Amino acid sequence: MSASIILETRGLCKTFGAVTAAKDLHVTIAPGEVVGVIGSNGAGKTTFINMVTGYLEPSSGEILFNGKSIVGTVPRAITRMGLARSFQVAQLFPELSVLDNLIIALAAAESPRPSFFRPLRTRAREARADAILEEFRLTAFRDARVTAVPQGARKLVDIAMALIGEPKMLLLDEPTSGVSVDEKNALMDTVMAAVRHHGTTVLFVEHDMDVVRRYVSRILAFYSGEIIADGTPDHVLADAKVRELVTGHAADGHSARKGASA
Amino acid sequence: MRFDKTEIALLGVGVALAISGLLAPGWLIFLLTVALAKGLVVQGVVMQMRAGMVSFGQGLFYCVGGYAVGMGGQFLGVSSAVLLLVLGVAAAAVLAMVLGLLLTRYREIFFAMLSLAFSMILYGVLVKGQALGSTDGFNVHSWGLFSGPASNPTMTIFYLTLACAAVVAFFLHRYTRSGVGVVCEATRENEVRVEYLGLSPRWILYANYVVAAVVSALGGGLTALAAGHVDPEMAYWTTSGEFVFIAILGGTGSVFAPFLAALVFALVRTYAIELVPNGWQMILGITLLVIIVFLPKGLWSLFSRKKEGAHS
Repeated sequence: MSASIILETRGLCKTFGAVTAAKDLHVTIAPGEVVGVIGSNGAGKTTFINMVTGYLEPSSGEILFNGKSIVGTVPRAITRMGLARSFQVAQLFPELSVLDNLIIALAAAESPRPSFFRPLRTRAREARADAILEEFRLTAFRDARVTAVPQGARKLVDIAMALIGEPKMLLLDEPTSGVSVDEKNALMDTVMAAVRHHGTTVLFVEHDMDVVRRYVSRILAFYSGEIIADGTPDHVLADAKVRELVTGHAADGHSARKGASA
Repeated sequence: MRFDKTEIALLGVGVALAISGLLAPGWLIFLLTVALAKGLVVQGVVMQMRAGMVSFGQGLFYCVGGYAVGMGGQFLGVSSAVLLLVLGVAAAAVLAMVLGLLLTRYREIFFAMLSLAFSMILYGVLVKGQALGSTDGFNVHSWGLFSGPASNPTMTIFYLTLACAAVVAFFLHRYTRSGVGVVCEATRENEVRVEYLGLSPRWILYANYVVAAVVSALGGGLTALAAGHVDPEMAYWTTSGEFVFIAILGGTGSVFAPFLAALVFALVRTYAIELVPNGWQMILGITLLVIIVFLPKGLWSLFSRKKEGAHS
C-alpha cells in the first residue's frame, strides 16, 4: 500500500443470510480527503462504515488502515489506531450533562485505563471541554442533560466526542439526519471547520446532495451493496446511472430527490 | 488532599456515631454494628447498580467474607480480627477475579440470574459440607483486634465496623467520581459509545465487580465477627434479595444511602417482628412498596430533594 493511502478496502463483502449488503467493495482514500457516500436505503453505506469501524465483521475481503489490516479488530482498538466515527443516531450518555460527555471522551483519549481514585472532572479537562464547546458552538448547552438538548446539538456533541481523540480519519454516518434544513449547513460548517483544524480525513454518508456538493472533494455512490460511481462531485452527480438509481433525474442538474433517503 | 462536603459529613457522622457508642444500650450497638456491616455489603450492590448491573448474588461474597473469618479462626488459629478480615477480603477478591471473567460477559437478567446461581452453588456446597457444620454453620472463634480475645468484643467490633465503614465510604465516594466510577455510569448509559471512545466496557465492569466483591466481603467478615456465627444462609438467595431490597430502599444517590437504608431496614424488621411475629415480611413488603411509589430514587432522595430545594 502506498503511503498516500490512509484507508483501503479490498473485495469487501458482507452477507446477512441470503441478503448481500456489501459486494466486492474496493475503496482507497488518501489522507486529507473529504469523501461523501451517497446511496438509497439499503445500498450498503452504513454496512460499509460498520465494517470499517469493527462493528460488523466482513464476510470476506480486507480492510487496511494506514497499511495495517483491521479485520477482526475490536472497535475500541480501531478507535485507538486513529479511526473514529459518529453515528446516525447520536450515541451519547443521555442522563449525563453535555460537559460530562465531553470530559469522559477527553479522559478516554488520555488513557484506555481510567483511574480508580483520581477525579474524572479536573480543571484541565473542564477547560479543554469548554474550548471544545466553544469550537462547536455548544456553550449554551454546557450543563444541560443530553436528553434536554436539541437534535442538532446532540449530533454536534457526538461528532465532537469522536474528534476529541484527534483521529487520523473520521467516519460520519448521516451527520445531518434529523436536523432541520436551516440547521444543516450551520452544523456542517462547524464540523468541517473543526475537521480542517485537526487535519482529519473524512468520509461521510449524506442524503442531502446540496450538502454533499458543498463539502466533499469526492463521492462514492452506492447501489445495492456495490459502488456504482467514484469520482469528483461533478462527475458522479452527472453520471447517468447515479442520476437514475440514486439522486433521480433533474433538469437543472441538482438532485430531484434532495432530502430523500439515500 | 482536599475534602468535599460529603467527606466532611462522613467524618462528622462517624464521630457522632463513635460518641453515641459510649451512651447507647448494648442492643442498639449490636443493631448499629450489623446495619453498618450490611450497609457495606449493600455498597457492593449499589456499585453494580450504578453500572447498570443488578446482582442477585451478592450474598456469595458476604458469605465468603464471613466463612473466611470463621475458617481462619477455626482452622488456621488466627485470632486477629484485622487479619481475619484481610483473609476474607483476599478470598473474595480471588473468587471475584475468576467469576468476573464469566459474569461480565452478561448483562441485565442474565447477569442477575448467573450471579444468583453462583451464590446458590456455594450455598449447596456449604449445606453438604459436614466439616463446616452443614446447615447449622459454626461459631467464630474468640478474637481480638490484633490478637485475641477482646475484653469487650461488642464495643471492639462496633468501633472496628464504624472505622471500616467510614474508610470504605470515603474511598467509594472518591471512586464514584473517579475515572472508573464515572465510566461505570457511562457504560450503563451507552456501552457502544464507551467502546467507540476506545475504552473496554467489559474491563470497566470487571474492575467494578471485583471492587464490589471486596467491599461486600468486608461486610460479611464484620457481620461474622459481630454475630460470632456463620451459616450457609449467608449465601442463600433470600439474603442476596435482602441486599437488593436495602439498595432500592436507600437509592444510589450517595455513599450514605446504603448505610441509612440498612439501619432503617434493621429497625423496621426488628419492630415488625416484635409487632407481627408471623407477618413481619408483609410490613417490609409494604415499606418497600411505599418507598418505590413515593420515593423512586430511594430514601436518600429525601435529603437530596431538600438540598435541591435549598439551592433553588
